[in-house]
Amino acid sequence: MDAEQYQSIEQQITPPTPYLKNVLKAFLIGGIICTIGHAITYFYIIFFDFTEKTSGNPTVATMVLIAAILTGLGLYRKLGQFAGAGSAVPVTGFSNAVVSAAIEGRTEGLVLGVGSNIFKLAGSVILFGVFSAFFVALIKLILVSLGVVEW
Amino acid sequence: MVFFDFLMAFIIGGIICAIGQLIMDVGKLTPGHTLSILVVAGAVLDGLGLYEPLIDWAGAGATIPITSFGNSLTHGALAEAEKHGWVGVLTGMFEVTSSGISAAIVFGFIAAFIFKPKGKAD
Repeated sequence: MDAEQYQSIEQQITPPTPYLKNVLKAFLIGGIICTIGHAITYFYIIFFDFTEKTSGNPTVATMVLIAAILTGLGLYRKLGQFAGAGSAVPVTGFSNAVVSAAIEGRTEGLVLGVGSNIFKLAGSVILFGVFSAFFVALIKLILVSLGVVEW
Repeated sequence: MVFFDFLMAFIIGGIICAIGQLIMDVGKLTPGHTLSILVVAGAVLDGLGLYEPLIDWAGAGATIPITSFGNSLTHGALAEAEKHGWVGVLTGMFEVTSSGISAAIVFGFIAAFIFKPKGKAD
């Protein structure tokens, strides 16, 4: 059997990706997670001195805590199997990536295990986030100093 | 209208996650690649001044997805750049977005003490 034959057989056997079903599941779970986040935002606005602008930070921290507990109990992985991007894209997915890497690293010790592994999965998000933010800000700064756009 | 507010958070948050799922399925990319693309998209959208209106509109529907991380990195950098010029691009970067990362580090470290690692199989 040559490589082409193998590929065509493989394509026949592999079940087609259920695009619509996956997208609907991601939409539903992602939407629910954001709705829960919105409720927490309201909680901080009503019971603490936060405004709509400043309530984002404590909301994110609370969602991260909830996801950390769910990850430790092994429940977030089950959610992820069902929801796909619906549980990976919200900040809870970022928390899940950090916390699960930290727990997995525990067997190799605190410094070399937890310390080196904690950003193993989430590191790419931080790297590309920081790098793109740097360039976007730099470009805007140049455009402003050239008088093309305003702040 | 509080109900409408929650509905917007649900719809916009859901749409961003659905876009992520499409990138994963159609582009055949790993979650890591998908999240990186979304973060960059958030940073670029803020540079164009489009992400803040989305937050006003959708609240947590725009602040909870990972795109908001790129947005707040850019936002901090831009705010400081406006005040201090070139230096501000670096110093302002983590000003707005500290809570997500610091919370994840702190809770992740605590969780490493409390919870036992589970095998990949279960």
